[in-house]
Order: sequence, then structure tokens, then C-alpha cells
Amino acid sequence: MAAVSGLVRRPLQQMTVRDAINQGMDEELERDEKVFLLGEEVAQYDGAYKVSRGLWKKYGDKRIIDTPISEMGFAGIAVGAAMAGLRPICEFMTFNFSMQAIDQVINSAAKTYYMSGGLQPVPIVFRGPNGASAGVAAQHSQCFAAWYGHCPGLKVVSPWNSEDAKGLIKSAIRDNNPVVVLENELMYGVPFEFPAEAQSKDFLVPIGKAKVERQGTHITVVSHSRPVGHCLEAATVLSKEGIECEVINMRTIRPMDIDTIEASVMKTNHLITVEGGWPQFGVGAEICARIMEGPAFNFLDAPAVRVTGADVPMPYAKILEDNSVPQVKDIIFAIKKTLNI
Amino acid sequence: MLAAAVSRVLSVVAQKPARRVLLSSCNFSNKATFEMKSCDLYLLEKGPPVATVLTREDGIKYYRMMQMVRRMELKADQLYKQKFIRGFCHLCDGQEACYVGLEAGIKPSDHVITSYRAHGIGYTRGLSVRSILAELTGRRGGCAKGKGGSMHMYTNRFYGGNGIVGAQVPLGAGIALACKYMGSNEICLTLYGDGAANQGQIAEAHNMAALWKLPCVFICENNLYGMGTAIERSSANTEYYKRGNFIPGLRVDGMDILCVREATKFVADYCRSGKGPILMELQTYRYHGHSMSDPGLSYRTRKEVQDVRSKSDPIMLLRERMLSKQLTCIDELMEIEANVKKEVEEAAQFATTDPEPPLHELGFHLYNNNPPFEVRGPNQWIKFKSIS
Repeated sequence: MAAVSGLVRRPLQQMTVRDAINQGMDEELERDEKVFLLGEEVAQYDGAYKVSRGLWKKYGDKRIIDTPISEMGFAGIAVGAAMAGLRPICEFMTFNFSMQAIDQVINSAAKTYYMSGGLQPVPIVFRGPNGASAGVAAQHSQCFAAWYGHCPGLKVVSPWNSEDAKGLIKSAIRDNNPVVVLENELMYGVPFEFPAEAQSKDFLVPIGKAKVERQGTHITVVSHSRPVGHCLEAATVLSKEGIECEVINMRTIRPMDIDTIEASVMKTNHLITVEGGWPQFGVGAEICARIMEGPAFNFLDAPAVRVTGADVPMPYAKILEDNSVPQVKDIIFAIKKTLNI
Repeated sequence: MLAAAVSRVLSVVAQKPARRVLLSSCNFSNKATFEMKSCDLYLLEKGPPVATVLTREDGIKYYRMMQMVRRMELKADQLYKQKFIRGFCHLCDGQEACYVGLEAGIKPSDHVITSYRAHGIGYTRGLSVRSILAELTGRRGGCAKGKGGSMHMYTNRFYGGNGIVGAQVPLGAGIALACKYMGSNEICLTLYGDGAANQGQIAEAHNMAALWKLPCVFICENNLYGMGTAIERSSANTEYYKRGNFIPGLRVDGMDILCVREATKFVADYCRSGKGPILMELQTYRYHGHSMSDPGLSYRTRKEVQDVRSKSDPIMLLRERMLSKQLTCIDELMEIEANVKKEVEEAAQFATTDPEPPLHELGFHLYNNNPPFEVRGPNQWIKFKSIS
């Protein structure tokens, strides 16, 4: 009791994902004058989704730059600026629009350090909302985790909660390599408890390390971004039935932390992956392939199972859209199937 | 870099005492004035001067550099046919005056980015012939350690070497943005060809460069053919110097090194004064086809190529000018050519004997400033170490 009485209990701060990203960018802009943000509506509009709110007012035109609707052009400009020594944050209003600029991301940014034999680093961050939103239909709902995760030379991160969001954006900005930060529009407004250490200006979440969000013994449930929340919901429901799920938040798509997943599978003997993107050639497919290649395969008591978005372009009608993304019930069903319950 | 080139010339000349005696008996002028074609102007009231002074020292330097580019490209042709060079190889012989003239008009602290036809300008930017040829032959002594090849050569303030047509143009505008952001008073020369001029991303780059007044010189190397397509067949408007729309432009005789130099000084001044971007079209010609797999004769006539060679060759033009005003003599030029030939031969020797990069470095240079990690090879048991 004597030890406890000396502790001051600070109430845990609540922080939305939006504010966490905002705070992360603000701190890095303040820390290094070479950091700047460019993209559509990032300055005077405060960001299409208000993620960059207040930054233009604080840092001005030089460091927060509104661009015309020219993704290929401004992504190329951002990459060139990075080559010349600045540290740009290039926002895509959604990653769907990054397809217009994907040549600059892959051929100009990702491959350059390698092609130049280590002479030309490209310290750039590409960020923006990725994946499904709500009712925005097919052209505005694609998940790019698998596409960008495919490419050597890139780092790809996918935050779930506020702590992830702040720590990963800061790590991305400080990284000397091209980093794709796949945010999620539906998560922007969600508040989370923000631990004390996350409030520090030097709080970083390392790129390449997954986090076990919930310990469990019966099955490993691996996910990234918004579906992590669904997995935790599923775990809560299943816990009442005596099934304890170990939920892993990948945090990083590339380089993937397969070690954490393997260690978990070797403990639980069962694996499901959960993602918003399409099934073919997706993140879950890669995890399954790697599990087969590693020590964890021999510990599996059942085939690994994937829960993904439906293999269709995203439909608009609510009933169709709801059934095109992984829901909690789909995760529960997959877990029970895997456990043969 | 220019000072280094000069000292290279002078040190080479100093090594031949016998010939030096012969040369010293020639009476050279120190400099001479030459007239040039005036440039066509777009949205500009006045253009570069139509006459300029060429010093003997500069003339010798330019001559040597153009000969070096010429010889290097011809050597690359030979090495390609001998199968020492693989894949793509885009040669720039015929366009030497563009690269030497551009470099003469800017400062070493300025920035340059170009397309895949990059060997010549890579040399003028400071890469050695040795490191260029060894990169072409894929050896560890190549400027990119053999990892890049013909289209991906880099050095200080030279950003390649870019394989995707037109992609380098927004990059160049971004480099210019960095110059303005850091207040360095530096500019970026951003080169692209007549074929690339129809890329949408170039219009995007023009717009943002003009909007934000970026110190970017957009340079269209118009060598009349985009691969096998003549400009009349690709472009509704072949006056590329006007294609910047709201960006002022000038059209320059790219076979005249003095014209290129003066135009470059003019555009560099324009950018440095904060007025924003400017566009320069260099009218030039490539003797080779688009690349080594293109004989270059199915879409143009042999006569056309020969005509350009006999009437407008950039090296010949400089030679004639310098001889006509006693800035040099035949003996001295022959000596320079012999030295250039020797240097290129030695570089080729290096490029064909230097070992290939070690296999265990296959995974190197994926990430900068990163702890070492493992890279997967063709199967799960083959792993390569990756260090920065």
C-alpha cells in the first residue's frame, strides 16, 4: 500500500484517430523544418477529412501546400523534393486517387534507392484514407494494402487506433525511406484511450512490429486497420462462450512482422486473418503462405482461414455494402469453423 | 566540376613536351567573338544575345567534353554489339552541344534531371566515363554499383536517368520546389524529349511550377523523333517551346554549343530572379536510332542522317569556329582527340574487366539508414542480407 499511495493516477486522455494524426504531423513539422505537407485541400480547407486542421494557420503557405487536382504531378513533385533533401508528406485525398500517381510512388520513389546503388534516398510519406468508407461505392472504396505491400523498397503501415496513428505517422516522417500510411476514414472520428507515453513528442511506434492487442490461447486472429476493432468485438463475444482469441494488430504491412504471428500460432494452433481488401493476392493470402513456409505450420491443427472483403467492386446499396465487408458475425463464424465448433 | 575539367585538359596537354613545343610555336588568340542564330521567343520581350565571346580555354574545354561524349557513346555502341552491354541502351551522339552547353550555362550547385538518354549529360554533370561504361556493363565499379544500368545513373545534383517517359518532369519541378523552399538560389534543369512532351503529367508540372513560381527550367530536347514517330505524327503542335502555354519559352539551335550556352545563361538568370519557370526547346538530332535495337532507318532516311552529320555536326561546328579565329590549330585538336580516345579505351578496358557485383549484395540498398534484415530470394530457403 505504501508504494501505491505515492502514485498519482492521471485520467487517461481520450484522443480520436484524426486528432492523433494531426498531433503527430504537427509535432514533426515543428521538430524539423524540412517537413512539409502537400495535397488537395490540406491547407485552407483544413483537410478534406479535417485531418490537417489548424496546420496551415500555424505553419503557413510554405509548409502546408494546397495543390491542384493533379495527383501524378504533385506526387512527382513531392518525390523530387524528397530527392533534393526535403521531407514531404504527400496526402492523397483517398488512396483510390493514388492510382493516378502510382508510377511516381513505385518507380520514382520505391525503387530509386536500390537502382542508384544506395546513392539516392527518398524520405517521403504518402498518406491518406484507404479502403471502404460508407456508401461511397466502387471507385472510392478500394483497399491498397496488397498492392503497395507487394513492392520492395516501400514501407507500408496501417494504423488502427489513435496510438498507432500518431506513433506510425511520426515514425514514417522520420524514416528516410518512402512510407505509405494507409489510414481509414471511418476511424478518423473514433476516440481511444491515449496512454501517457503517447502524449510525448518523441512517441514513436516502430515500423515493422505487430502488437498483440489481446492475449488468448485458442486461436490467433490477425488483422490490420479498422477490422482490428471488429476482431476485438468478436473476441469479447466469444470469450463468453469460453473461447479466448489472441488478436494481433499488424500495424505494418511491409515489412511484415511474421515472427509475432508465428509465435502466436505456435501457441494457439489456429489462425484466421481478417482484412477489408479483396481476397485474391491479399494480405491474408501472404500471411497464410508465410505460415506454411515457417515453423508455425507444424503447429496448425486446422488450415488457416481468411476473412476478407467480398470479391466484388463495392456496391452502393446499404444491404449490399454491409455484406461486402467483413462483419463481426463473419469473423465469429470463421473462428468457430476453424475451431470446429 | 568545370575547374576539374579544365585542369584535366591542361594536365594532359602538359604531358607531351615535344608536341607542346610545336603548339607553343602556334600563335593562338585568347578569345574571339562569334555570332549565333537568334532564338525564337514566346511570351518573352527579348532573348539571349546573338553574339558571344568564346575564350580559348573554354573552347578547348568544350571541344574535349563533346569529343568525350561522342567517343563514349560510340564505345557503348561497340560494347553493346559485343554483348557486354544488355537491355536498353539509348545513345546521344549528335546531341553533345546540348549537354556541354547546358553545363556551361549553369553552376555546379544547380540541379539536373533527365530521361533515359542520360549518358552524355551524366558525364557533363560529373560522372566519369569509367563509371558510366562500367555501369552499362553491369560491374561493381559502375556508378550505381551495377544495380541500375543505362537508365539509372546518379551523382551529386544529378537525379538520373529515369526510365518512365515524362516521369522526370514532375520530379524536376519538385527539385526546384526544394531549391525555392531552402532559399538556395539554385535552379533545376528538367529535360524531356519531343515524345515525352505529350505526357499529361508534364502539363500538370507546368501548371504547378508556374503557380508556385518554381525555379525550374523545362527543357525539351527536340530531336525530331519520339522513338520511331516523327514529331508531325505525334504532336498537334510541334512548337514545343510554346507548349508551356502560360510559361515563356525559347527555341534554341541545339547543334550550336555557344547558342545553347547563352540560352542557358539567359534562362538560368530568369529563374534565379524569381520569375518562375521557363521553357527551352533545343533543336537537335540523334545519329543513332532510338536505342541500340533500332537501326533508325525505317522512319527516316539515311540521307537525312548524313546531311545533319555533314552540315550541322556540333563538334565540327565548334572546330571550324575555333580554327577560323585561331583559337586552336589542327595539331592541338588531334592531340585532344588522341587523349580522349585513350581515356575512353581505358574506361572500356575497365568496364569489361571489372568484376560483376558480388551476389551476396543482391539485397543491399533497399532501405536507407535501416538496421540489416533478410530479403527473400527465388525460394524460401534462399535469403539475402540487406544492409543500407
